[in-house]
Amino acid sequence: MELSILPEILSSTIRMSVPLILACLAGLWSERSGIVDIGLEGKMLASAFISASAAAYFHSAWAGLACGILISIGFSLIHGYAAINQRGNQVVSGVAINMLAAGLAVVIGHSWFKQGGRTPQLDDASRFLAIDFPGKEALFATEGLGPIARIFLDHSILTYAAVLLVPLTAWTLANTRFGLRLRAVGENPQAVDTAGISVARLRYQAVIIAGVLCGVAGAYLSTALQTSFVRDMSGGRGFLALTALIFANWRAWPALGACLLFGFLQAVANFMQGVHIFGLEIPVQVFNSLPYVMTIVLLAGFIGKSVPPKASGIPYTKDR
Amino acid sequence: MTSRGELPTWVDVGLIPLINLTIAFIVAGLVVLIIGENPFQAIWILLSTPLGSLSGWFNIIYYATNFIFTGLCVAMAFHAGLFNIGGEGQAYIGGLGAAAPGLIIGGALASILPFWISQPVTLLICLVASFAVGALWGWFPGYLQAKRGSHIVITTIMLNYITSSVMVYMINMVFRPVGKMAVESRAIDDAYIMNAREIGRVVGMKLPASPLNPGVFVALGVAWAVWYLLWRTKLGYEIRAVGANTDAAIYAGIKPARIIMITMAISGGLAGLMAFHEVLGAQHRLVLEYVQGAGFVGIAVALMGRSHPLGIVLAALLFGLLYQGGTELSFANQNINRDMVVVIQGLVILFMGALEQTFRPWLSAIFAKVE
Repeated sequence: MELSILPEILSSTIRMSVPLILACLAGLWSERSGIVDIGLEGKMLASAFISASAAAYFHSAWAGLACGILISIGFSLIHGYAAINQRGNQVVSGVAINMLAAGLAVVIGHSWFKQGGRTPQLDDASRFLAIDFPGKEALFATEGLGPIARIFLDHSILTYAAVLLVPLTAWTLANTRFGLRLRAVGENPQAVDTAGISVARLRYQAVIIAGVLCGVAGAYLSTALQTSFVRDMSGGRGFLALTALIFANWRAWPALGACLLFGFLQAVANFMQGVHIFGLEIPVQVFNSLPYVMTIVLLAGFIGKSVPPKASGIPYTKDR
Repeated sequence: MTSRGELPTWVDVGLIPLINLTIAFIVAGLVVLIIGENPFQAIWILLSTPLGSLSGWFNIIYYATNFIFTGLCVAMAFHAGLFNIGGEGQAYIGGLGAAAPGLIIGGALASILPFWISQPVTLLICLVASFAVGALWGWFPGYLQAKRGSHIVITTIMLNYITSSVMVYMINMVFRPVGKMAVESRAIDDAYIMNAREIGRVVGMKLPASPLNPGVFVALGVAWAVWYLLWRTKLGYEIRAVGANTDAAIYAGIKPARIIMITMAISGGLAGLMAFHEVLGAQHRLVLEYVQGAGFVGIAVALMGRSHPLGIVLAALLFGLLYQGGTELSFANQNINRDMVVVIQGLVILFMGALEQTFRPWLSAIFAKVE
């Protein structure tokens, strides 16, 4: 392990963390309102596909983003309908959404573009590229400060949006009327209902927010991180985000930390085939599985405690 | 939503699932329509091609065998009120149990015993070992839920990913012969389940090529055993009691923690048996990612089969048909991708699982009027 690749790894850490942060916040909004969402993966994948397709069709990254968000909200509403109106099993619904998205993206993509489920390569105009600002190259070229600036300033607008959404989420949930009600509905929906506020309405708002965030995450994957959609490109990030959410105890700021940590592990795994520490070779699989192992250990109560919102996963029935 | 009256049994176990299934297929038909193809033609190819040939039937039953194992895995947990979405990982890790005995002790047994004794003995050890390894992988999340309070759904998801890493490492670093490029073990010749064609050749019958093997009889036997366990034994009663009403079960002297761990171990073991069938009967070596989503198909199969072993066998056959038909369909019509089957799977889980109660109030209203 050489020190010279450290800036590369840190820069990659940020790129890997962005979809995790967005999906993790999506899960946070949904679960804080009492709706368990294991369909993050599927929504992200659906959005990645539609974003790449729309960006290629309209030659616009923003059009891609908009369409990606719409499809993701569509899947959110299916989940919401199953979980809120039909009081169905939310885990089952999430599994269904993951499968539907994975299947539909390939089936429709295959039919539209005839590339075995891939979407066409996007040109620079239809992608979210790193933001350009005056004096950028000069700054990056400076001795000492340059490499550090490159780590943080060489990203697309979606990256900064994702990072800004963390304080926004934390503040909204902690300080606004909407945020307080939303948290209440995830802890004690009866009380919210008694106060004359619609439980269903609040939960629908939460799943729609989750849909928007997953939509951005998907668009980031196929139009910022990569240059097209390929099958299963979300590659378990939705579940990794869910893991980060649990690891962060359903809180926004710790979620950012967990996502950065998991992103770092992904970046390290990508950069190195076996790292040597004290002469022992560490297989790359260790980095891949470390987030899950750490979370299982955490969940088992060996380090700290992780407590989900009280009413999460439980359908609300008025007449009981 | 107060009109949730009692419905006749045949409506509950027959009509409602049938309506839900029909809607799932109608939506699948709409998807076909959206990509500009004729849904009726697609369904005709999907159903008629595999059913019209012996090799088609063989492939259907081969797929179904895997789905019976994973379907039973999910159903077993359902009966205790648990949702095991770790079937994928449990079936994958089960490959260690299926392959290791054949690779490690199979040769030794073959050298001291005639092959017609060493083969069955090795296979039996493989069978037990694949169940045991899967069971361990199921017991662990069961233990975590029962004793440490972490939720099974979450831990099994995580174990699925951990399993992928473990298996890549194990196959690449432990089982891959030195100098071999492909990431797979050497051929497991000492625990070899002959396929139907090979058996046919021995007895002088010419049968079509397919991975179909006698593992299907193991699957049917296991399905019967699961039925017997659940409805004819004390343990089965306790499992169903915990699933139906945990509080009542506690009053009856049943310890839910114990039942959760036992159920998850059995559930994981059933998934592990899928590895026995697939690794020794079809692949004949330990390869990467051989489960290929069968663990998730198990969810659809269990939901469709109403968690009853007989229902699961039938649902597994239907999904075997869909898998084989899906392959044929993608050959016949280049515009329809094989992943159409995954879409149908998702729709079945959505309409038979999450939205299962959608039409109940309507039917209740209709039946209330009739009476």
